[in-house]
Amino acid sequence: MASTKMKIKKSKSGGYEVMVLAKHPMETGLRKDKKTGNKIPEHFIENMEFAVNGEVIAQANLGTGVSKNPLIGVGIPNAKPGDTVTVSWVDNKGESDSAEKAVK
Amino acid sequence: MKRRIFLKGSLAAGTLAVAAGAGMLTPRSVLAAAWPKAAFESETEADALNAFFGSSDAEESDQVSIKAPLQAENGAVVPIKVMTSLTGVEGIAICAIKNPRPYTTSLRVSDGGGGLYSTRIKMGQTSPVHCYVKAGGKLYMASQEIKVTVGGCGG
Repeated sequence: MASTKMKIKKSKSGGYEVMVLAKHPMETGLRKDKKTGNKIPEHFIENMEFAVNGEVIAQANLGTGVSKNPLIGVGIPNAKPGDTVTVSWVDNKGESDSAEKAVK
Repeated sequence: MKRRIFLKGSLAAGTLAVAAGAGMLTPRSVLAAAWPKAAFESETEADALNAFFGSSDAEESDQVSIKAPLQAENGAVVPIKVMTSLTGVEGIAICAIKNPRPYTTSLRVSDGGGGLYSTRIKMGQTSPVHCYVKAGGKLYMASQEIKVTVGGCGG
């Protein structure tokens, strides 16, 4: 079950920073199932988009080299309190999830 | 029969189209771009940079800073934070040089985005980590060696 959590905090360099924790196995495709000896197929998040008030400001490209349950942080220097930040991701199997939060 | 296959194939594209229709996506080509498959599948750093940024000529800059541990206890989870004071940031990429596929992750930035990207990566062994920032059409980089005691690739 996919779940995506989001936190917005003030950044030291000014503006805000969004931290996203997506629950995802991020399988590399190299790991073997210990019981059957079969390789576990690749399963990872490909793209994660960050939008402020509906306008996409950044897109993160993830691969198999990113740790499981990725924690991604992105700066949003121009956000103001009251703005809505939306994060959505899609993985290589077409699964997706999103989260939305207002800047305080 | 063909219609079935077509419907299946267009499902993923459909979600994007709906998002675009609802004004979720700006029509800018930078962000409408797909997952950079070529960069992720490259086995050398230069190939990956050429695939993603269009060039691999990077200039070392102290305006790019990396916040990462000097020694990672667990190679499966190595926190990396890239910060830059450069303006007009277009993209940020992180490469763990000795990983089988060095190109680990990247961020495309459009107007209104900032020069900050943090993530957690897997590292197979002790290796320098190179962080690239493209700003104003030029490529800048910074690097840091991270010691890994327990590898995290395929483990």
